[in-house]
Amino acid sequence: MWKTILRRFLIMIPELIILSMLVFLLAKAMPGDPFLGSINPKSSPQQIHHLMQANGLYDPWYQQYWNWVVHLFHGDLGMSYEYKEPVVGLIQQRGLNTLWLALFTMIMTYMIALPLGVYAGKHEGKWQDNLVRVYTYVTMAIPFFVVLVLGIWIFGYLFNLFPTAGSISPTATGFGTVISRLTHIILPGLLGALFGTVNIVQYLRSEVIDAKHSAYVKTAKSKGIPMKDIYRHHIFRNSLLPIAAFSGYSITGLLAGSIFTEMVFSYPGMGLLFLNAVNYRDYTVITALVLLYGFLNLLGTLISDVVLAVIDPRIRVE
Amino acid sequence: MKKTQAPLLVTKHLKTSFKINDHYYQALDDVNLTVNPDEFLAIVGESGCGKSTFANTIMGLLDEHDSKVSGSAVFEGQELTKLTETGYDEIRGLKLSMIFQDPLSALNPLKRIANQIDEVMAYHTDLSKTERYQRVLKLLAEVGIHDPKRTARQFPHQLSGGMRQRVMIAMAVACKPDLIIADEPTTALDVTIQAQILDLLRRVQQENHTSIILITHDLGVVAETADRVAVMYAGQIVESGSVQQIFKEPQHPYTRSLLRSIPQIDNATDDLYVIQGNVPSLQKMPAAGDRFAPRIPWIPASAHEDLPVMHDLGDGHQVRCTCYRQFYFKEDQRA
Repeated sequence: MWKTILRRFLIMIPELIILSMLVFLLAKAMPGDPFLGSINPKSSPQQIHHLMQANGLYDPWYQQYWNWVVHLFHGDLGMSYEYKEPVVGLIQQRGLNTLWLALFTMIMTYMIALPLGVYAGKHEGKWQDNLVRVYTYVTMAIPFFVVLVLGIWIFGYLFNLFPTAGSISPTATGFGTVISRLTHIILPGLLGALFGTVNIVQYLRSEVIDAKHSAYVKTAKSKGIPMKDIYRHHIFRNSLLPIAAFSGYSITGLLAGSIFTEMVFSYPGMGLLFLNAVNYRDYTVITALVLLYGFLNLLGTLISDVVLAVIDPRIRVE
Repeated sequence: MKKTQAPLLVTKHLKTSFKINDHYYQALDDVNLTVNPDEFLAIVGESGCGKSTFANTIMGLLDEHDSKVSGSAVFEGQELTKLTETGYDEIRGLKLSMIFQDPLSALNPLKRIANQIDEVMAYHTDLSKTERYQRVLKLLAEVGIHDPKRTARQFPHQLSGGMRQRVMIAMAVACKPDLIIADEPTTALDVTIQAQILDLLRRVQQENHTSIILITHDLGVVAETADRVAVMYAGQIVESGSVQQIFKEPQHPYTRSLLRSIPQIDNATDDLYVIQGNVPSLQKMPAAGDRFAPRIPWIPASAHEDLPVMHDLGDGHQVRCTCYRQFYFKEDQRA
């Protein structure tokens, strides 16, 4: 078990080095420079030239890369050109917002998807199954941002149940801040979960159906085990394999990919930060975030592999 | 062996049909079979003859939505065809158990061997967890596994094919059932292992005084292990009798053709006998007449009965249809 994890961890190191180089070079290859927004029409080319030189932007790429890596190891990802703040602090603050939202979304996703998928598979071909399938097809067919906007309109405007923007009410104090954070998360989280369940439900449904007709379930039946116990002990866990294989990706996917939700809800998370950084050529923020996203993806595959190894004895390294 | 006790399993006019596109097709037709206590019965036939359907019907493992069973199958005084799922759960594993063809897919890949054997006892006995574990080790040793403790901890994929089938057998005999149905238990194994597994089955049968129904397409297997044989063709039993009767005085053309298609070492010719044609598919099963007739076209139609029934030849030897009286091999006549 621990061997499997250690081995997977060691593989991550070269992956990270290559990733960081790619990220750095791609950011540099973008046209424009970070001072486009911060200069006025009267700035002379010499002034820009000076700024570029002072920031080391004329150095050869490997030198710039090396400087960046050295700083990275000191926990310094530079200053944001746009916000004039250290990038690390910026990401910490925005990342925490995204983390809460992602966690909530994930918990809701699995809480809805697991029972629904098993239920649909259990009642394969009956009306219960068809109902679940209609739900997944409809949700799948509507573009995500439409779902979000509709959600805001219905729950935020018509029923006025939840706030529709931001991550916290500026007037909240003490314990109120926790409540306020939660109410800001519920609507985007639920809508995200609604969307996230679709794949899991469909996967789980077909896995349950496969398992139901498998030879080992027939064996279990021939041992005289009641069907409801067969579901508990044989079908459920075996059907979870592909879901488990996907779990790591979905966690980190939520952290990195909540750009839509954050845009529509003006939720100050990492997704929104990233979008703005690209628009303003905020190199330091872009490279930091892309590197973080890349790292999260690697972490996601690691989590998936570990979870899968815990559940499935066939892939453990002996 | 004395056979004065009441029979263990008696099937009368047992029929099983499968639904294909809203139409029912008969896979088992009029199966009358008796299994006595402490008996090793073999059911033989080509693929698609309904052997496995028979096993699944008796075990109650058919999908009730697309199959229909009629007739009667009485097991220890209980009518199986009228049994509910809950009723079946009480006897399956305890009095009636099954060994499947492919032990790799028949074992749950995510569960340790010990747990899978333990399960059947957990549902049918009052033994404590530790008692059950001791019994698991004992069972594994009994089926010829050298290091039971190690195997108990392992997962199915870590075992060889032969060991997996031994585990399946251990599972099937865990509660000392009265009847074990072994559905082609050696088909997925290589030849050297096959003999070991058959020996094991025979030993299990003799030690526990269990009855075994061995389903196979391999006549060689039958000759060595079984007491009695039922030959099945296209969903019907065409001949049944003791091993001696079937092998020494086969009557039905199908039985005789099967026996003739076994390769013989001392045979003068290199040619292997082949039965013409194929077993009819479910949809093309003839409604009347001898189902084997199309595969022996040189026998005149008048030799067959319109609705073939079983004829008693004495001493428990039975054969379907009257055509056996006029049957001869085409090749023999030419020579």
